[in-house]
Amino acid sequence: MSPIIYFRCFRGIVLREALRFVHQKERFFSALVRPLVWLGIFAAGFRSVLGVAIIPPYETYIPYEVYIAPGLIAMIQLFNGMQSSLSMVYDREMGSMKTMLVSPIPRWFLLISKLLAGVFVSILQVYAFLIIASFWDIIPPITGYFTILPALVISGLMLGSLGMFLSSAIKQLENFAGVMNFVIFPMFFASSALYPLWKIEETSEWLYYICFYNPFTYAVECIRFSLYSQFNLEYGLGILIFSVIFLILSILGYDPARGSLQKKGGK
Amino acid sequence: MSSALEIKNVTHKFGKFRALNNVSVSINVGDFTVLLGLNGAGKTTLYSLITRLYNNNTGSIKIHNFNVREDSSNALKRIGVVFQQPTLDLDLSVEENLYYHASLHGISTADAKLRINEEIGRINLIEKLKNKVRSLSGGQRRRVEIARSLLHKPKLLLLDEPTVGLDIGSRQMILKHVKLLCKKGELAVLWATHLIDEIDKGEKVIVIDKGQILESGDVTKIIKKTRQKTIRDAFNKLVGIKI
Repeated sequence: MSPIIYFRCFRGIVLREALRFVHQKERFFSALVRPLVWLGIFAAGFRSVLGVAIIPPYETYIPYEVYIAPGLIAMIQLFNGMQSSLSMVYDREMGSMKTMLVSPIPRWFLLISKLLAGVFVSILQVYAFLIIASFWDIIPPITGYFTILPALVISGLMLGSLGMFLSSAIKQLENFAGVMNFVIFPMFFASSALYPLWKIEETSEWLYYICFYNPFTYAVECIRFSLYSQFNLEYGLGILIFSVIFLILSILGYDPARGSLQKKGGK
Repeated sequence: MSSALEIKNVTHKFGKFRALNNVSVSINVGDFTVLLGLNGAGKTTLYSLITRLYNNNTGSIKIHNFNVREDSSNALKRIGVVFQQPTLDLDLSVEENLYYHASLHGISTADAKLRINEEIGRINLIEKLKNKVRSLSGGQRRRVEIARSLLHKPKLLLLDEPTVGLDIGSRQMILKHVKLLCKKGELAVLWATHLIDEIDKGEKVIVIDKGQILESGDVTKIIKKTRQKTIRDAFNKLVGIKI
């Protein structure tokens, strides 16, 4: 199969996702409202309670709103990844997922294309959030708006493939509520999104280790450093490793020979 | 005559439940074959194996001599599928749905445009091309799905209960359209149904029940073999329905 065939397929999947995004405007706004509520209400209330020391990549004391902005960006991607996986479970239940899976293009390529299409949508949401966040004086260096892009792609890929893996394991749409309770909330709260790791370590050592090994922390920190045009090798490598693991799991999950769908008789 | 679909000794289990038991089916190019069975007989499982939604662990499935398991890309290229559940994206237009399908088969935009016009013209829905799928009737959606399944010019068309839930007019229109396609070209059709009145004399029928092929052959042969007067009586006798 020639590369042009792969390119057309990739373009088609991205275009479909973009069209769905355009047709579902409320999805775009609801994705923005969530982090803005955190930024406008939560951060305003907690800025005096939670003092933040000078930690890299920051070179001075920063307001709490500035600290949580990368966490909220990662939150947009986390919810987008989960929203995509929810729509995959829905598509599978409704049958439209099948049209993609019976394509002659290799399934791994179809799944990666679908993931990247989701990442593309989440990046649009992140940039919209960054524009609105500038009204809260969250203004990174101008280069940060560009250097954040690779971090957004890789973190979007990691969170999207986690969502895809979960969607392969979830048989019914109703079970998806469990994902909210057991995946999204623990991942978000047990991370460095809302408070720095050193602050958590002061309170509880075991919680610190949970937060430290939480893949979401790696997404948050990668975004934080890249937003200030810096690169942290530890977090960079970590997010890459987690991405590869989740990607392999999601591809295996949708593999007809190994996946959980066929064992359960799901469609 | 060359074989469009060759299934040999396929068994499929979900846990301990045996959904298909040693199934063998053969369909030639140009055949219109009806896969007749009650709900839960194993028709959809068989389709899922042919289209590689499920992996076949026993036996073999070949489409135009390409093994679905070993050479799935070449095999899937030659199949068009209309699933039992509607699979069009309701929020997209008819045209957008068709372009999406064309891209999944690597068809260029220019080619896709030509083929979309050709197929959608054939089902008399050209004026609905820009309409959202949500605004179409059930029968129109089904016709769009058939047009979509033919966009990449498959050699074998699989339809899984395509007329379920449709009114009699739409059912007849779809059935007529597919039978005409079969007569015209080198397309083989496997039409799964539990509606016996969709079968005409002289057509090939495969009767499936509880995951097993009970009988296979043309209508008259099955009627004669079961010593019944109609295909309905023959089917009832084969699957053990007493009226």
